[in-house]
Amino acid sequence: MTDASLNTPNNGHEPRAKSSLMTVDARTKRRNASETRFRMYGIAAVAAGVFFLVVLLGAILSNGVGAFQQTFISVDVYLDPAKLDKKGGRQIENIKKVSTFGYTPLVQQALFDKVAELGVETPLQKRKDMKALISASAAAQVRDYVIANPMQIGETVTFRILASSRVDGYLKDRVTRDSVARDKNIKPTHLDLVDALTKAGVIQKQFNIDFIIGADASESRAEQAGMGVSILGSFFMMLVVLGLSLPIGVAASIYLEEFAPQNRWTDVIEVNISNLAAVPSIVFGILGLAVFIQFAHLPQSAPLVGGLVLTLMTLPTIIISTRASLKSVPPSIRDAALGIGASKMQAVFHHVLPLAMPGILTGTIIGVAQALGETAPLLLIGMVGYIATNYPSGIGSGFLDPNSAMPAQIYEWAKRADPAYYERAWGGIIILLVFLLTMNIIAIILRRRFERRW
Amino acid sequence: MTVKLTASVLAIAAVSASAAFARDNVQVAGSSTVLPYASIVAEAFGENFDFPTPVVESGGSSAGLKRFCEGVGENTIDVANASRKIKDKEIKACAEAGVTDIIEVRIGYDGIVFASQIDGPAYTSFQPVDIFNGLAAKVVKDGALVENTHKQWADFNADLPAADIAAFIPGTKHGTREVFEEKVLVEGCKEAGAFDLYMAENGGDKKAAGKACFEVRTDGVSVDIDGDYTETLARVDANPNGIGVFGLAFYENNTDTLKVATMGGVAPSTESISTGEYPVSRPLFFYVKKAHIGVIPGLKEYAEFFVSEEIAGSDGPLSEYGLVSDPELEATQAAVADEKTMMEGM
Repeated sequence: MTDASLNTPNNGHEPRAKSSLMTVDARTKRRNASETRFRMYGIAAVAAGVFFLVVLLGAILSNGVGAFQQTFISVDVYLDPAKLDKKGGRQIENIKKVSTFGYTPLVQQALFDKVAELGVETPLQKRKDMKALISASAAAQVRDYVIANPMQIGETVTFRILASSRVDGYLKDRVTRDSVARDKNIKPTHLDLVDALTKAGVIQKQFNIDFIIGADASESRAEQAGMGVSILGSFFMMLVVLGLSLPIGVAASIYLEEFAPQNRWTDVIEVNISNLAAVPSIVFGILGLAVFIQFAHLPQSAPLVGGLVLTLMTLPTIIISTRASLKSVPPSIRDAALGIGASKMQAVFHHVLPLAMPGILTGTIIGVAQALGETAPLLLIGMVGYIATNYPSGIGSGFLDPNSAMPAQIYEWAKRADPAYYERAWGGIIILLVFLLTMNIIAIILRRRFERRW
Repeated sequence: MTVKLTASVLAIAAVSASAAFARDNVQVAGSSTVLPYASIVAEAFGENFDFPTPVVESGGSSAGLKRFCEGVGENTIDVANASRKIKDKEIKACAEAGVTDIIEVRIGYDGIVFASQIDGPAYTSFQPVDIFNGLAAKVVKDGALVENTHKQWADFNADLPAADIAAFIPGTKHGTREVFEEKVLVEGCKEAGAFDLYMAENGGDKKAAGKACFEVRTDGVSVDIDGDYTETLARVDANPNGIGVFGLAFYENNTDTLKVATMGGVAPSTESISTGEYPVSRPLFFYVKKAHIGVIPGLKEYAEFFVSEEIAGSDGPLSEYGLVSDPELEATQAAVADEKTMMEGM
């Protein structure tokens, strides 16, 4: 085909009008219009994204912020020696024999006396009626205090005890008078009493640090549950993930990228690494159950096992991002180093690796952040349930003692019966998001500070 | 360098863990119905004893018993919670893995309730036969079994509201499903006369007839929920006519959104279940590996504490949460104290 044939006017059509840059012809108009339309689509897409983000964050914050506050009751408990130390002598062994059930009446009596002292009129005329207001954790709190200070028996001590989850819900507008009408745990008369006590300042809503640092609680005391132990569980898991996946991942990618010969084997390995990155995480969970627990006999529910499983999951992510950042270091750097007589290893470790470091760290942090939010594999290795109850007593027990992880704890709370746990699940999401955001911000800062462009 | 050091330390820890690791806490797994009770007991146990708080996992009765029967040793669980009795098949599997001495402990009874949205229609005259007519795959019409085409409850019982049938029942991996089948579907099946028809169909084979009664319609009217009660609750929340199957304790914690249906004219409560008036209830159990008593610190104490009067009694925290306490609790206490295994009891 020649130029001449291209320039021939189309036969049977009107010859095209002479175009000018000043007058916009129909075709240009169409092109401009389609560009404008495309911009609108783009803006609409971004707006939709922002809208969903705002809705999501709004929902999380509005549902979860309440969990950071908790209702407390301050009462003066008389530590009755006749009940707590019948034999006298303040022997710790004898004191320990009194279980929390022995302490419950004391706490109830204390609140009952407080109500009488304030002169609140209420149809609740029995000590046991106070039970609906007080968290079951109060007895344990007083018992722990007495065991730590046995000499205080016989004194009156002021405690700041937790209110029950229903009372807490009432102050947070989760529980209303209508909704308690058929509730067997609390009666509207209790709510009247709560109103009076709130006015008197005995019942107060305060910031609850125990939600962040505390341990999980059973189903009957949602008010006591906290994320603390599962945060530690996540922390130890991430230590394992970092400690294993960073050196293994970086070593593997340096070898593959800089030293390995290009042959069928390395091709197979490369394809497999990319495939592994796409394997659903639950698969790693079942693998962990079979290999680490059933075959290697590692303890169940241990952060060590969780960390090993998540390491498998994180490795491909780290290898891929490390290789990408090694690749982005220009070959001239290597050539220059080799040219002045450096060995290949010196070239890599002295020149290429430092330049690739920001990219490697960013990839690692994003991989670890992903692992931090992973729940599915943890279900299979026994990290979901009523588990995050004991603080680890040291580094070793931090790795080996049964524990949960933040996302697993949130999942566990979301399925419990008491609606108060629902609020805590949202609160847990806020904590988890704060952790993820922090890690991502660190990744961004690292990249901004150390990244070099060529 | 430090990074490499951490890695090798970890690797060593991983290898030596299996050998050096001595477990000092009780490990429990099993039924998600028993989990709330077990967690309440575990918490109180941790507070009142010098042992660490036991670890309680959920996952369903069958999954729990399966792990229980994996063998004896510190990497196996000590206690399995179950919302049904252990099956002979499972006892056999246990024995094959070396778990021969099992202590069975009945902790009390759990009611199974039918509940609907609080603003929805009121279901106040359910009988098992109504549930059968609404949900079974085949119903009796003119003395013959036909495909179930009922759309509304009022189609077969004028006392029931004219609302579309929509039920959310526990999936087959739940122990609750079995109770639902045995106490509701089979009863309704017999009442409706379908049982006899199935018997005739299967040549008098009672077992096959019973199984046929379990068949639930598959046209989307009855939905199996494999997750927890919270999932059932979400489904009922989204469907004003929907009826969900819940445990009594779960319902009692969510009375602000749920309304309970009566069965045979009786509303479920701990009282009506303990007297037997309310028909749909089942015993809850946990199973203890006798070989672990004395090896795992606190195991026997945990079992004894679980069935003690102050925990499982009628005024204890378990009954407060919704467990119907066992009238024969004292016998259970004695059995646990004597470490009486199932084999001795037989």
